[in-house]
Amino acid sequence: MSEKVLMKGNEAIGEAAIRAGCLYYFGYPITPQSELPEFMARELPKRGGIFLQAESELASINMVYGAAACGVRAMTSSSSPGFSLKQEGISYLAAGELPCLLVNVQRGGPGLGTIQPGQADYFQATKGGGHGDYRLLVLAPDSVQEMYDLTLLGFELADKYRIPALLLSDGALGQMMEAVRLDHEVKPVPDKPWAVTGRRDRETLNVVQTLSLDKDTLEEHNRVLQDKYALLRKNEVRYEALNTEDADLILVAYGISARIAKSAMAKARAAGLKVGVFRPITLYPFPEEALYETAQTTKAYLVTELSCGQMVEDVERVTHSQQVHFYGRTGGNLPCADELFDQILRIMQGKEVGGRAR
Amino acid sequence: MEHEILFAGFGGQGVLLAGRMLVYAGMMAGKEVSWIPAYGPEQRGGTASCSVIISDEPVGCPIVTKPSALVVLNEPSLDRFEAAVRPGGVLIINSSLVRRKCMRTDVEAFYVPMNDIAAECGNVRYLNMIALGSLACAIAAVPDEFLQKAFVKQFGGKPGMVEANRQAAMIGAQCIKNARRMAGVR
Repeated sequence: MSEKVLMKGNEAIGEAAIRAGCLYYFGYPITPQSELPEFMARELPKRGGIFLQAESELASINMVYGAAACGVRAMTSSSSPGFSLKQEGISYLAAGELPCLLVNVQRGGPGLGTIQPGQADYFQATKGGGHGDYRLLVLAPDSVQEMYDLTLLGFELADKYRIPALLLSDGALGQMMEAVRLDHEVKPVPDKPWAVTGRRDRETLNVVQTLSLDKDTLEEHNRVLQDKYALLRKNEVRYEALNTEDADLILVAYGISARIAKSAMAKARAAGLKVGVFRPITLYPFPEEALYETAQTTKAYLVTELSCGQMVEDVERVTHSQQVHFYGRTGGNLPCADELFDQILRIMQGKEVGGRAR
Repeated sequence: MEHEILFAGFGGQGVLLAGRMLVYAGMMAGKEVSWIPAYGPEQRGGTASCSVIISDEPVGCPIVTKPSALVVLNEPSLDRFEAAVRPGGVLIINSSLVRRKCMRTDVEAFYVPMNDIAAECGNVRYLNMIALGSLACAIAAVPDEFLQKAFVKQFGGKPGMVEANRQAAMIGAQCIKNARRMAGVR
């Protein structure tokens, strides 16, 4: 077993990306993710790669398009307002079936908002932030270790399905330092016979494009994409369920909120209350079946997010439960475990959940 | 046991480094640890602070709002965070720069003239190491051997620096021991 190292979440993403063979980073600085481009600017030239600070977010996402079309592992990162600027390019990447890793270290919005942590880009991430029918594989780490692990997984699955993968993180996870193990085996980058690498001895040209003026061709292309997303829903669902079997109340949360939910759960269990935590790790594909299963035994849910209520809509949709409560904080605020514990008590006593933003 | 620590001072005093070294020591000691800087709209000469958690249990929220130990290197930090310390907690005050006393009666307060000690050590920049040594001694969150590893890790590349910084930390620790002896606390 290798030694643990202390790293910021943003740096862990960079280290994982380079170890995954991603030698091309394109981006534009924005707090609270700038340690990631700083890390790449320092490390990539030493390790045989290229770091390029583009003139804008728009330029950087299209540089990723170009690099990914050439068959190399490439990535970009930003934070909420900057990530919004990339949406057009992301739609193109999805349409072009180009594997890459996108990172959004979320901050509070809307607008320029704040540089403090937020989780209000869930809709944008999971429902399609750009135009057209497309989805991203959306991975939501809740620790610095998972920032590392899920970056590796993101590249792997992006190549496997030829889709863009999105690591949806937040300012707290990006800025915090924790112990990380870097001893995971990295699978080799698969061959990409479709990549634009020059004609060479191939019979046909490889072309990556997203314009499709023939109606039936585009409809068929949409079918191919939808089949892909169906495969994701079938094969790539990931989640963590803690103490959900006997739980009267299940907290549902992802990312930084899930850590606080776990602390609140520990407090509730110590007080003799049957509380569990369900944490989606893939936000798309959303762990629908596993969450639906819990609805057969539990009495209520408390969804907590750093938003006014986004993932809660998926929890309502999936569980069909009439007892889906919500507690959100925004503006860069994080709830403390005691705050969530108070909400747990209120629900257990049949009271209205306070601070309800819905 | 969970130690939730807030290190606060003004930019340049080295609170972020002191916090990071304690976290490194905690990690080496096999504890669950986290470190996060306050990265709000801080300005040069304004307050700088970091949250450090050293625990036997996995860390939930990394941001410390109710510290079990608070280290303040300047007076604005005391004004801002004094009320947040948990009853029974530890408060370490840099009495070289903080002119007032702690108003709380339900915390264990220590007054360490960090700038003066650092100047005697030969460089005012040692002040964060004196703070680190004081804190580590006051809360005993990490066995000393692991704190020693943090000095080697941080300063190993610079000849003489390990020993100089270690010395500064030891003087900080000694201040706490003396204060406790005087108070007859332990």
